[in-house]
Amino acid sequence: MSKIDTRQGWISLLAKAPAEALARRWAALGIAPAFTWLRAPEIGGVMVRGRMGGTGAPFNLGEMTVTRCALRLEGGAVGHAYVQGRDKAKAEQAALLDALMQTDAAAELREKVLAPLAAEMDAAAAARAARAAATKVEFFTMVRGED
Amino acid sequence: MDTQALTGGFTEAPVQAARAFRAALEAMARPGRIETVAGAEPPAPLSVAAGTLLLTLADPETPVYLAPSHDTPALRDWLTFHTGAPLTEPGKAAFAVGDWAALQPLDAYRIGVPEYPDRSATLIVEMGDLSAQGARLTGPGIRDAAALSLPDVAAFQRNALLFPLGLDFYITAGDKLAALPRTTRVEAA
Amino acid sequence: MYVAVKGGERAIDNAHAWLAEERRGDTAIAELSVEQIREQLALAVNRVMAEGSLYDPDLAALAIKQARGDLIEAIFLIRAYRTTLPRIGHSRPVETEAMACDRRISATFKDAPGGQVLGPTFDYTHRLLDFKLAADGETPAAAEAAPRAEPVPHITSFLNRDGLIEEEETSDDTPRDLTREPLEFPASRALRLQSLTRGDEGFVLSMAYSTQRGYGRNHPFVGELRVGQVAVEMDIPELGFAVEIGEITLTECETVNQFKGSKTEPPQFTRGYGLTFGHTERKAISMALVDRALRWQELGEDNVGAPAQDEEFVLSHADNIQATGFLEHIKLPHYVDFQSELELVRKLRAEVAAAQAQMPEAAE
Repeated sequence: MSKIDTRQGWISLLAKAPAEALARRWAALGIAPAFTWLRAPEIGGVMVRGRMGGTGAPFNLGEMTVTRCALRLEGGAVGHAYVQGRDKAKAEQAALLDALMQTDAAAELREKVLAPLAAEMDAAAAARAARAAATKVEFFTMVRGED
Repeated sequence: MDTQALTGGFTEAPVQAARAFRAALEAMARPGRIETVAGAEPPAPLSVAAGTLLLTLADPETPVYLAPSHDTPALRDWLTFHTGAPLTEPGKAAFAVGDWAALQPLDAYRIGVPEYPDRSATLIVEMGDLSAQGARLTGPGIRDAAALSLPDVAAFQRNALLFPLGLDFYITAGDKLAALPRTTRVEAA
Repeated sequence: MYVAVKGGERAIDNAHAWLAEERRGDTAIAELSVEQIREQLALAVNRVMAEGSLYDPDLAALAIKQARGDLIEAIFLIRAYRTTLPRIGHSRPVETEAMACDRRISATFKDAPGGQVLGPTFDYTHRLLDFKLAADGETPAAAEAAPRAEPVPHITSFLNRDGLIEEEETSDDTPRDLTREPLEFPASRALRLQSLTRGDEGFVLSMAYSTQRGYGRNHPFVGELRVGQVAVEMDIPELGFAVEIGEITLTECETVNQFKGSKTEPPQFTRGYGLTFGHTERKAISMALVDRALRWQELGEDNVGAPAQDEEFVLSHADNIQATGFLEHIKLPHYVDFQSELELVRKLRAEVAAAQAQMPEAAE
C-alpha cells in the first residue's frame, strides 16, 4: 500500500488514525525510546480553505484544532507530527513513530502498527461506503413508446 | 530542514513567552530601561535577546524582514519553524531585524496611516553592546531623563516628528534589550 | 453611557450555582455525557462547529452541554475558545471532487455518474413524531450494498463542457480572513463566503427564502448537494512537503441559476456555492442562494432593491454572536442614562401641561 511506504504517506495515516487505536498499538510495542523535544506538543488552529464552486479561488472556511510536535531520537532521527484534534499523547506517539520509521525499526513498525491501522481505517471507510451504496436510487423509467 | 533550525526554541513556551513579553512591555513602557531575557538559542548572528523577542512576538500574521546582516538560510529556517512568520521585503514587514547599517534606509518601512498608526514596523536593532550611557532620552514613561547607547540620534529625532505615525525600535545586544517608542524625545549626550 | 456598577458578587456566585443545578436537572435522571451529545445530537454539534467556525466535535458537544442546549450560547463558547488557539497556519483548499460521499443528489441531472445516493436523510420521512424513540428500543441495522468504485465528479462539470454554465476561475490568491482584519465593504466574494458559512443558519435561511419569494430574481436549482468526508492537507515547511493532517465532514451545495444574459455576459447558467462544516444541508443550500444573490453586480444584473442583494445588510447582520452580543447588552445596567431620560420626559410633560394650562386663557 503506497500510503505506508512513503514518509508523506505514514505521517498522513498517523494524523487520521483514531487516537485509541494508535495508543493501543503503540503500547503493545512495549518500547520507550529516549528523545528530546524540538517542539513540545502544542494545540493550535489551522484555517481550512475551500474553493468557490469547488474549483475556483480559495476562501477561508473555518479553523480546525490540530496538535503538533517535533522530537529527536537519541540516534539523531527527527520525527514530526501534525494530528487532527487536541491530543498531546497522540501527537507524541505519531512523532515517535515518524522518527522510528527512519531507522531500521521501520519494517517491524510497518507490519505491527502502520499496516493494521491502515487496514482498520480502510475497513471503516468501506463499511460507510457500503451503507451509502445501499441508498443509491435505482430508477425505473416508464417506457412511453417514444424514442 | 537542517536539525539546527529545529533547535533553540522555547522549551516551556507559556512561561518563557510570558516572561519575555513582560520584559518587552516594560522596556517599551519605560524607555531607557535595559531588560535581560532568555529562552531562544538562535543560529548566529541573531542574538538571544532578538531571538527571544521574535519567538514571543512573531507569528504567521507578522511578516518579518531579515536585513542583509542577518539574512542566512539557517536563520530563515529557524524563524519559519519556530514562529511561522512569513519572510518579506522591508515595505511589508511588521518586524525588521538587522544591525543598524544593514537596516537602512529607514524610510523603506511602514509608518502606519492616520486611521491605523499601529500598522507600522517595529525594528529590532542588533548591536555589539547596550548600556545606559550616551543619547539623552526624555518623554512618556521616563522620570526626568534616561541615557541609552543608541547607534544614531538624528534618525530617531526625525522619526519622532512623524508622530502619531512612525517606527518603534528594540535595541538588542546579547541577552539584553531596550526599547524606543516613537513618543520618546532623543537628544545628543 | 456605561457606568461601572459595584456590588452583586454574592448574587452572581449564587446565580452560577443555581445555573449549574438547573443545568443538571432532576438528579434521579441519568446525566447527559459529552460523548452522547457528540454521537446522538450530531446535527446540533455540526451547527455549533459551523457557526463557531471551529471543527472539533468534542468541543462542540461540551459547549452544548454547558450551554444547556442553547446553540447560540454554545457557539459563543466555541468562538471564545477559538481565540485562545495559536494559528498554526492554513490548509490547502480541500478537494471536494474527491469526497467520500455519504450523500450525493442532484435536482438537475437524474443519471449523473455516481448516481443519486440518498444517504442518512430526513427528506423522505413523514415527519410524524416517532414515539418508539421515546421507548429506547433497539436500532435496526442499516442495509449494505457493494461499495461503488465509480468516480463521483462534480455535476457542474458537465454543463461546463458545453460552456452552458459560467466557469469558476481557478486561482491561488490568498483569501482575506475576516477573523484577522475588520470586514470592510465592498467585500470580496471570498470574504462573503467566509461570512456566510459562519453566519446564523436562521438568518441565512430567511435571506435565501426571500430570494425565492421575489425579493431578487434568482430561480435556483440544486445542481448538486454532497455530504461526506474530505482529507485536509497542509504544507509543512520543516518537512518540505504537504501531509494530510486530518479528515473532516463537509456539506457542499452548487446551485444553478437561470440567467438571460446582460450587456456584458452571454446567456449562461450562473452558479451559487455553499460549503459548510459537518452535515448541514439547510445552511449550505441557503448559503448558495445568498451567494448568488450577492453576485448581482459582477454578473451585470440590476439591483432590484432586494435585501439579499444588499451586501452590507446581509453581512453585517449574519453573525449571531455579534448580533446577540449587542442585543443582549441592553440588559446591562443603564441606570444613569435611563435616569436622564426620565428627567427629560418629566420636563417635557411639565412643559406640555403648562402650555395647555395657558391655552384656554389665550383663546378667550
